[in-house]
Amino acid sequence: MVSSNPTLVAIVRLSLAVSLTASLIAAVVGMPLGALLALTRFPGRAMLVVLFNAMMGLPPVVVGLAVYLLLSRTGPLGTMGILFTPAAMIMAQTILIVPIIAALTRQTVEDLWFDYRDELNAMEVGPARRIATLLWDARYSLVTTLLAGFGRAIAEVGAVMIVGGNIDGFTRTMTTAIALETSKGDLPLAMGLGLVLVGIVLAINAMAWAARLWSERQAG
Amino acid sequence: MRAPSSELPVVLDRVSFKTGETTIIDRLSLTMAPGAPTVIVGPNGSGKTTLLRICMGLIAPTDGGISWGGRQHAAMAHRAIVFQRPVMLRRSVAANVAYALARAGVARRARVAHVDELLARVGLLDLAPRAARRLSGGELQRLALARALARDPELLLLDEPTASLDPASTRRVEEIILMAAKSGIKIVMASHDLGQVRRIAGDVVFLARGALCEQRSADDFLNHPTTSEAAAFLRGDLVI
Repeated sequence: MVSSNPTLVAIVRLSLAVSLTASLIAAVVGMPLGALLALTRFPGRAMLVVLFNAMMGLPPVVVGLAVYLLLSRTGPLGTMGILFTPAAMIMAQTILIVPIIAALTRQTVEDLWFDYRDELNAMEVGPARRIATLLWDARYSLVTTLLAGFGRAIAEVGAVMIVGGNIDGFTRTMTTAIALETSKGDLPLAMGLGLVLVGIVLAINAMAWAARLWSERQAG
Repeated sequence: MRAPSSELPVVLDRVSFKTGETTIIDRLSLTMAPGAPTVIVGPNGSGKTTLLRICMGLIAPTDGGISWGGRQHAAMAHRAIVFQRPVMLRRSVAANVAYALARAGVARRARVAHVDELLARVGLLDLAPRAARRLSGGELQRLALARALARDPELLLLDEPTASLDPASTRRVEEIILMAAKSGIKIVMASHDLGQVRRIAGDVVFLARGALCEQRSADDFLNHPTTSEAAAFLRGDLVI
């Protein structure tokens, strides 16, 4: 069904491109941030941890609205001219999932640091190397963290609808298409799109799980 | 034999360590000079592990002072420690040693040969590609020793490295320790095992309730203990 319909293929491709890119950027930003939060002690740290945990439940429409205001012609980033483009959608999804990745990474790294602290201190491992070591050794758990972020990104509709505009053939994703078809009353098509979306998410999770099992077996 | 050590003697001057209201080490003065292994003996909770951590520089005394080769704030560059339950990185056996070598400043090109040499020294060369966390208890301790030796230490601190090992594994670990001692590395080791004290110790430090009770040659300690606590410990009485 998917391969025989070029419009659907384009929608699937855009959804994946936007959410995978957002996940990748959020991982690059959120994982070191989470690790830094796990390893450093400073006044107000507890409040920051609570804040990141709370931001895991950020409403997508609020993020969409904030990014819209930033990118609109009169907004501070209006000159970039990326509102209603996939770039804006990536930005919104990245903002949405950075707290998820940072908060889950913080917990994972903090737990691992409890085990590793003495050994790394005894080897005089510096702060930057500690973060790199802990992130690398937590890589299997962090795959799950990344999947949680990706899951949130690919499933959300509010933010991409606001900053992408659901433009046919340009910024229409799986979720915005489902919302549109539902509002038009074409429930079978909406349901079909929904099943395709669930299938893609399942396939990506299965692949990540298999890769994790394989590499875990290699490295213990 | 290696060059004269810059880490020795380790001198503790009225060192105390307290956490909250609990005194773990109590005004302990002690000198550990180059030479045969020093074995720290004492019942559980006597402060052996804390003393080793202070000697490593991992924790600072809450009172008193410690110096290494006359320097009070020496970097740990030529010290290494093996913990009672060593934690391995989630990598292969070889990668764990390579990591320690890298942190010790060994150039990337020299590491491969060094890894092989260290693994051969502890009898783990055949297990180089295996996941470190899948090793047996004895193998794990030997890998921890290889990782510690990767730092080319002058002072090697060992926290009950053979606790819960079978006799065969204990023998292999002890052989490595004695070999390291012969090469000029100062061994300071905590142990519960009086047989091990006989086999390894040059001198013995006996602790009870965080205080130093005796520091004497192993023969003197084992045959002529001067404190009632040490005598009771040697008799096998429960010293609390």
